[in-house]
Amino acid sequence: MTLTRHDVEHIARLARLQIREDQLEPFAGSLSRIIDFVEQLGSAATDQVEPMAHPLQGMVQRLREDRVEASDQRDLFQQNAPETAAGLYLVPRVIE
Amino acid sequence: MTAAELGRALRRREVSSLELTDHFLARIEDSGTRLNAFVTVTAERAREDARRADAEIAAGQGGPLTGVPIAHKDIFCTAGILTTCSSRMLANFTSPYDATVVEKLTAAGTVLLGKTNMDEFAMGSSNETSYFGPVRNPWDESRVPGGSSGGSAAAVAAGLAPAATGTDTGGSIRQPAALTGLTGIKPTYGRVSRYGMIAFASSLDQAGVLARSAEDAALLLAAMSGFDPRDSTSVEQPVPDYHAGLEAPLAGLRIGVIREFFGEGLEAGTGAAVTGALDQFKRLGAEVVEVSLPALPLSVPTYYVVAPAECSSNLSRFDGIRFGYRCESPRDLYDLYTRSRGEGFGDEVKRRIMTGTYVLSAGYYDAYYLKAQKVRSLIAADFQRAFESVDLLFGPTAPTPAFGIGEKVDDPVTMYLNDIYTIGANLAGLPALSAPCGLVDGLPVGFQLIGPQFSESRLLSATHAYQRETDWHRRLPPAWA
Repeated sequence: MTLTRHDVEHIARLARLQIREDQLEPFAGSLSRIIDFVEQLGSAATDQVEPMAHPLQGMVQRLREDRVEASDQRDLFQQNAPETAAGLYLVPRVIE
Repeated sequence: MTAAELGRALRRREVSSLELTDHFLARIEDSGTRLNAFVTVTAERAREDARRADAEIAAGQGGPLTGVPIAHKDIFCTAGILTTCSSRMLANFTSPYDATVVEKLTAAGTVLLGKTNMDEFAMGSSNETSYFGPVRNPWDESRVPGGSSGGSAAAVAAGLAPAATGTDTGGSIRQPAALTGLTGIKPTYGRVSRYGMIAFASSLDQAGVLARSAEDAALLLAAMSGFDPRDSTSVEQPVPDYHAGLEAPLAGLRIGVIREFFGEGLEAGTGAAVTGALDQFKRLGAEVVEVSLPALPLSVPTYYVVAPAECSSNLSRFDGIRFGYRCESPRDLYDLYTRSRGEGFGDEVKRRIMTGTYVLSAGYYDAYYLKAQKVRSLIAADFQRAFESVDLLFGPTAPTPAFGIGEKVDDPVTMYLNDIYTIGANLAGLPALSAPCGLVDGLPVGFQLIGPQFSESRLLSATHAYQRETDWHRRLPPAWA
């Protein structure tokens, strides 16, 4: 197994994902199979190859002028928020 | 009837959009939970759209899609309507705005029947990862319809909607199209705006169509495509008239058969049906040659580094604060993040986020992510080389017909290999299409055509020529005919 329970706990912490105790072992197994599977990329000769980040080669990122376009839609957007008060998003106390 | 035929009947006033809409809403209702193709049915909105369309038609206005009902995959934001991405995370999310695809198809006069079920956040090849339960294949309800646009595929195949939108990150339009006997097209990366389409892997995601024919795909794709300043990867290029281009002659078209797609793993019946389609293309006057793309077999491992990496970044926005699921009584901010995400995401989404987090983490970035990006270059270069000598590439869409629900859920790698023939086009950003070409033990199989960037017209006209001579695309699942 490439990844251990401990590795899964560490990755889950980085990704801010709670993983139940009884799921650590199954995830270690399936993630190991995936990592073992992608290891075959090592067989490709890529010394002189440029990495490809997106498929539109030769195109440059379009920029726009920095001017206000969108209107204030705070109330509309906050209809989807789990908890708000006075137009603010509420979160648990961060500073004691 | 196809969407194009329905549009013609509407313009001849043989039927009203409201009658059509009621017909499809009744079929959706009768199908109940049998197929589980829809997450949300928008009956009221549909009838409003239909009345508006009927008024337009009565005034002698409107286009080929005016009054034609369609369904949207639940990955597209629809203003004032639930947009769930089939996840618990967004089970109560009502979008404040329309995706560009939705806006454009509404402007084209289509009627919105509802939002279709899908794999959670489009991560899956069988529609079994949906928070709302698996979708069933109308051809055999014990089997999967493919994924991730499985609800759209099942809905169109069962005649619950004439056509539907989908998205394709690694095959999520083409593979379900093949498994349900439909014509599905994923256009060139950048052709259709991604604005309002919930992101999975931003360098691979593209919207497209699941339909009953190449003609329908041409009509919907033309209405969806075009430059959008709200998507920075949207391409500023005019959209050809795909429908007018359908009649382009096929004679002399050079088709390259991808050698790597006909080896081990291709089920015999599927291989025979796909070869039969190739013979049909020869009879229609195409020149067929065999080509080799040696890096292509590495497309699945490349994808399973690149796509999870991008997904781990994209899905970090779901934090339980501004929108989406929030856990009960969080102790502190860390608890809020981890429990909201732990409870809000299903196992496959967690697996992809963790795979992506791992391949991007310090010490592994070069070995996995940078390496995969380099192999992606090799794959794109293979395609480019092939297109120096052929116009289109040809192969199967999926290695087997539809498999059983529950059959492949235990091993992610086995599931991932369903997309072995479709992923290459996403990595290189190429347009690709799947169309039905046979039945194996009563289950549909499809062939795939892949073209150079912005060759959608050629893919559609070649398929249209094939469909004029064959009737596989006219076959209906017996239980839903």
